[in-house]
Amino acid sequence: MSYEKRFDGRSFDEFRPVEIKVGVIPRADGSAMFKIGKTVAIAGVKGPRELHPAHRRDPEKAVLNVYYDMVSFSTPDRVRPGPDRRDTELSKVIREALEPALLLDKFPYAGIDLFVYILQANAGTRCAAISAASLALAHAGIPMRDLVSAVACGKVGDKIVVDLTKEEEDYEEGATDVPIAIMPRTRKITLLQMDGSMTPEEAKEIVRKGIKACEKIAELQREALKSVFEGGNNE
Amino acid sequence: MSEVYVKDRELVVPGQVIAKGIDFIPSSGTVREGDSVVATMLGLAHQKNKIMRVIPLVGPYFPQVGDQVIGRISSVGFSGWMVDIGTPYPASLSVRDAVGEYVDLQKTDITKFYDYGDLIVAKILYISKGGNIRLSMKGPIYRKLKGGKLIKITPSKIPRLIGKQGSMVNLIKTRTKCLIIAGQNGWVWISGERRNEIAAAKVIAMIDEESHTTGLTERVEATLKKLMGDNNEL
Repeated sequence: MSYEKRFDGRSFDEFRPVEIKVGVIPRADGSAMFKIGKTVAIAGVKGPRELHPAHRRDPEKAVLNVYYDMVSFSTPDRVRPGPDRRDTELSKVIREALEPALLLDKFPYAGIDLFVYILQANAGTRCAAISAASLALAHAGIPMRDLVSAVACGKVGDKIVVDLTKEEEDYEEGATDVPIAIMPRTRKITLLQMDGSMTPEEAKEIVRKGIKACEKIAELQREALKSVFEGGNNE
Repeated sequence: MSEVYVKDRELVVPGQVIAKGIDFIPSSGTVREGDSVVATMLGLAHQKNKIMRVIPLVGPYFPQVGDQVIGRISSVGFSGWMVDIGTPYPASLSVRDAVGEYVDLQKTDITKFYDYGDLIVAKILYISKGGNIRLSMKGPIYRKLKGGKLIKITPSKIPRLIGKQGSMVNLIKTRTKCLIIAGQNGWVWISGERRNEIAAAKVIAMIDEESHTTGLTERVEATLKKLMGDNNEL
């Protein structure tokens, strides 16, 4: 059966309403909240600062530590507090999505700690995490060659869609989830994963649409960063 | 083809192209990508001749040799101290660079000069290739700071706090009758009557938040007038 109309009525290329706030954690060196639909991610950055343990220090650049975790009330069924294997993998994946954009060689031997929590999960969590994290790092003043913007695209039934909801991910006729992250200015992909199956032609189309959606998200991220110092003060 | 894409002091975000052309020189806060000069920090774009840079409105302290900094003794060693100046790793201060008189290290406990927790004002003497910072306190202004209040602001805002030829900080000093010493690392020490220290701190926090705006000096004067009452002294 064909997926004709999206559950929430969106068009196939439309992502859910996005809300961004930069500077939500006053004590962090940088912070941001990224909300897309019902998915909410909050990122906080401390650093550059002393890196422990000492054997992890890199004489050529700072080491980025990413700690991704979902809070216990983020999902309909309570998730046990603390990182699980998925969180550990996502921490790595998020780090690898952000590192290409960062100029870490300015802080040799140092560490940059990035904490990103999912306060509410309705699919697209790692993408929301990446988008929030990129803003938090920019807010902290970590030099970077570009922001990183992310969105989860894919296939629901036979239709290619942008920004899947949990309902769409669980579509009984099958769905494929393709999280994508890019550095928007150069459109270079820093994250590309697939959970499901697709043909090579579908892959091209999904990536093409994903990049377009990420570019739009990047524009929202830029506005949010500017608004820290323009008009409304977000602290 | 050379082109500058931003106005002077325009707010830019990381990743934003501020100029295109191989003859532009990317300076601090920017990086060259192909033939474009791209901002790497959230801040104000500034061009001087062919040099493009971004004055950051956020971010950590980038230490330079010669900078005056305020620091806190974080550990005491045999022949010197480690000093926290807000950089990822503490700076070092050796007895030789801190004390004018001869010190017999075999017999002297150097805590008699500076002890754990003491606040000092010092100068960056040397930064090694690996990033180790050495401080010096040779000179009349460098000393231990007793009492007072320490506040920390964004390091890149210190020049605005000081003002042209010290105009801004002197304004605050005279109106609040406080001693104020600003470190390039963003640490600022205030000393005076308790109430006045609080007023000075409020004004400094205001400069931290609004350093990128115009008309700041007038607003600072107005705030000082409100906090300190109408003062006939200038």
